[in-house]
Amino acid sequence: MEANYVAVEQVGNVGLLDRNVSSFWDVMEIAVTNLTKTFGSLRANDGLSLRFASGKIHGVLGENGAGKSTLMKLVSGFLQPDAGQLAFDGQPVRLRGPGDALQAGVGMVHQDPLDVPGFTALENLLCAAPRRAFPSRAMARTTLTTMAQRLGFTLAPDTPVGAMTVGQRQQLEIVRLLACGARTLILDEPTTGITAAQAQALFEALRQLAADGNTVLFVSHKLDEVAALCDTVSVLRTGQLVGEQLPMPQPQQRLLELMFGERIVKTSGQALLLAGVTVDEPPGVPVVQPGQDERSSEASLTTPLVWQLEQVTAREGMVRLRNVDLRIPQGRVIGLAGLDGSGQQILLRLLAGRLHPDSGRILVNGVDMTRTRTRAYREAGIEYLPADRMRDGIVGALSLTDHFALLQPTGLTVDRQVAVQAAREAIAAYEIKATPITPLIALSGGNQQRAMLALVPDACRGLACEQPTRGLDVASAQGIWQRLQARCATGCSVVFASADLDELLAYSDEILVFFAGEMSAPLPRATLTGARLAELIGGVGFERSAS
Amino acid sequence: MNQLAIDLGAVLAAAAPLIFATMGALLSERSGVINLSLDGTIMLGAMGGFTVALVTNNVPLGFGAAALIGAAIALILCILSLTLGQSQTAVGFVLALLGIELSSFLGAPVVRVPGPSVPFLPIPLLADLPIVGVIFFRHNLLIYLSFLLVPFIWWMLFHTRVGLTVRALGERPAAAFARGVPVTRMRYLMCILGGALVGIAGAAYSLDLRQGWSYRHTFGMGWIALAIVIFGGWRPWRVAFGCYLFAALEIVALRSQRTMAGVPTQVFQVAPFVLMILVLALVNLVSSPQALRRIASLPPTLRGPVGMLVARLAVAAPAALGQRFERP
Repeated sequence: MEANYVAVEQVGNVGLLDRNVSSFWDVMEIAVTNLTKTFGSLRANDGLSLRFASGKIHGVLGENGAGKSTLMKLVSGFLQPDAGQLAFDGQPVRLRGPGDALQAGVGMVHQDPLDVPGFTALENLLCAAPRRAFPSRAMARTTLTTMAQRLGFTLAPDTPVGAMTVGQRQQLEIVRLLACGARTLILDEPTTGITAAQAQALFEALRQLAADGNTVLFVSHKLDEVAALCDTVSVLRTGQLVGEQLPMPQPQQRLLELMFGERIVKTSGQALLLAGVTVDEPPGVPVVQPGQDERSSEASLTTPLVWQLEQVTAREGMVRLRNVDLRIPQGRVIGLAGLDGSGQQILLRLLAGRLHPDSGRILVNGVDMTRTRTRAYREAGIEYLPADRMRDGIVGALSLTDHFALLQPTGLTVDRQVAVQAAREAIAAYEIKATPITPLIALSGGNQQRAMLALVPDACRGLACEQPTRGLDVASAQGIWQRLQARCATGCSVVFASADLDELLAYSDEILVFFAGEMSAPLPRATLTGARLAELIGGVGFERSAS
Repeated sequence: MNQLAIDLGAVLAAAAPLIFATMGALLSERSGVINLSLDGTIMLGAMGGFTVALVTNNVPLGFGAAALIGAAIALILCILSLTLGQSQTAVGFVLALLGIELSSFLGAPVVRVPGPSVPFLPIPLLADLPIVGVIFFRHNLLIYLSFLLVPFIWWMLFHTRVGLTVRALGERPAAAFARGVPVTRMRYLMCILGGALVGIAGAAYSLDLRQGWSYRHTFGMGWIALAIVIFGGWRPWRVAFGCYLFAALEIVALRSQRTMAGVPTQVFQVAPFVLMILVLALVNLVSSPQALRRIASLPPTLRGPVGMLVARLAVAAPAALGQRFERP
């Protein structure tokens, strides 16, 4: 009933604007012919020809760098093609910018929604919107609340965008684009950074929009989502179309082969894991028997501890972590799970000495380091890999050689020879696609991350990483983990925070779940499933560690 | 009492050029373009406006010329920074120096030449009101316009669609671009309009407040205007308050000079600037992360009001200020 009502009203709206109701039902067929876009020497889109029928949800799959985003930006007018044709409803179009595309009925929600943080939701809606969409502020307010309600979104008109979650900002963008006349919605990796509940609400809304006759292009590298949502799927690999409008459902194995080629799928189950496929028994990961695990925790009584936290309380921003007791022995991988800002960042920064506790003691290698400076932590072999590589991790304009030079002991001059040598070795050992003098900003995300890891000295005893594989494709992520595990084998302990449950389950020995500033007891991986972990993160059955 | 009203009226009048200059800078900076050439623009506007008014014996024409000069300097800034991709700061600074020197060179023939000025225009009836009339209604057209300019800019920025777009340009040009706004063209427009206002500020000195032209006639006023825009947190009313505060400090300094004869006059000339810097530093100190942490550790009864006060004082600059936008 509800959907029906919406559909009628939408037709009414469009009818008023276009006076062409019959064409509404089969409009917004999007066709691209021979579309090509190059960035420097990279052919991001290489002669793509593809057709998206209206009224359906189309999945566009591909790993990072496959050209999905480029294609979507071409269709939505953000980029201009170097060659090829774009046609909406069979009419060739030339888009001079996103404004043109929106006027033609195509709107795109970017991975980081393009809104204005200083504005309220209502101001964002009104900003540079066509006058016919919102004749007045009052009407914009009504449109916002009614559309949000209809789509099951939780949006208040007067909330500042800066205070909203990514999920809510996405919802606001969807409302804005629809209100401005979009009949085709493009969503670029919309489920990154939003909660499971928000993803569910989003999927519901998208289904409803498709049922109303809108077209949805859903870009993702997560197979589960595409399987759950899409009517058809197209697969891109290195800028080329390898699967065109395949009707869903498709066997996962086939889609994976299309996405990654034959190489990875055959060799490792971790590709499956990272592509978001739930596998009962991940083939690439040794299954830990419960007995084995007990043994290892017994062993932890005898192996030396890298970190020991006693009744530590710390605060950063609004989040407060209270009375944490934690012992991390050598050679372990500890995963930190939880929604962003639940306290895991605080723990990481405490472990790395970037944040001083308000009370309690922190021991590193058995030495009390509670009040010492960050530098002392580094001298004790503790390293920190921040989530935002370009902001906190590396200096974009400097090369790998320069970075190694920075690591040299302080003195008046820099030994270039030694630095170049170290850079060469790192490039070989970490398979970084760069020369010793390439500025790091010119590298891809995976190469930057490997470079950052290469800069961690061999003597490192403890590594605190925030989202070590964020934004990396499957192959790069696997590469990073191989290096991390190699370090663990030499006795280094790794503590990492991740939003990706499968990554947590695949690589952690033990998982600490954070919920609203509370930390759980260490949970051995073997006792957890993805579903259980998701529940804990959401606070279902969450118990804080007994202290 | 009457003396106080006269003094207040004098403060309002003395602040008028600063109002024009700061509102111009505000318009430009809200759209994301930082125009550092203010001091040079005011100086050239003062010199050019005075010269044109002197030669044609037409005051409005003088103001028109000053506006054109300001717009032209802003146009140069836009071409060099927005189109050719040079640093806005560097170009603006060089233009400021150029404007100062050029005004000295070109203005040499009119130094200390008596010329026309804006005619006194008390508003009938209203001017006769006690106190209020003295404060607000015994000025000239220029001062009245400065009164109207602040609410107009505020209304434009915060209550119109154009204003929303302008603010989006300063906060996140990519978002404006996504909405189909021609980012660079709009920035040109705002910067040039702002520049014209700054030019008018110059003529407001040479044709009204400090009538005539002399070597470095308005030196420093552009920099103070830039500081006031920052101090005012890019909000029109607060910026206007900053202008009036500065004008009041100037007048107090002038009065004190008479009463405290022992103090060197330079102290009074410099005092307003020093006080401005102190106020600026205070505002920024109060809104620093350390101060915020300190506030968070205050007892709960104090935390609320102090936190609110600080939140009101601490205003972030437009996020994209001074950044070049390149379309993807």
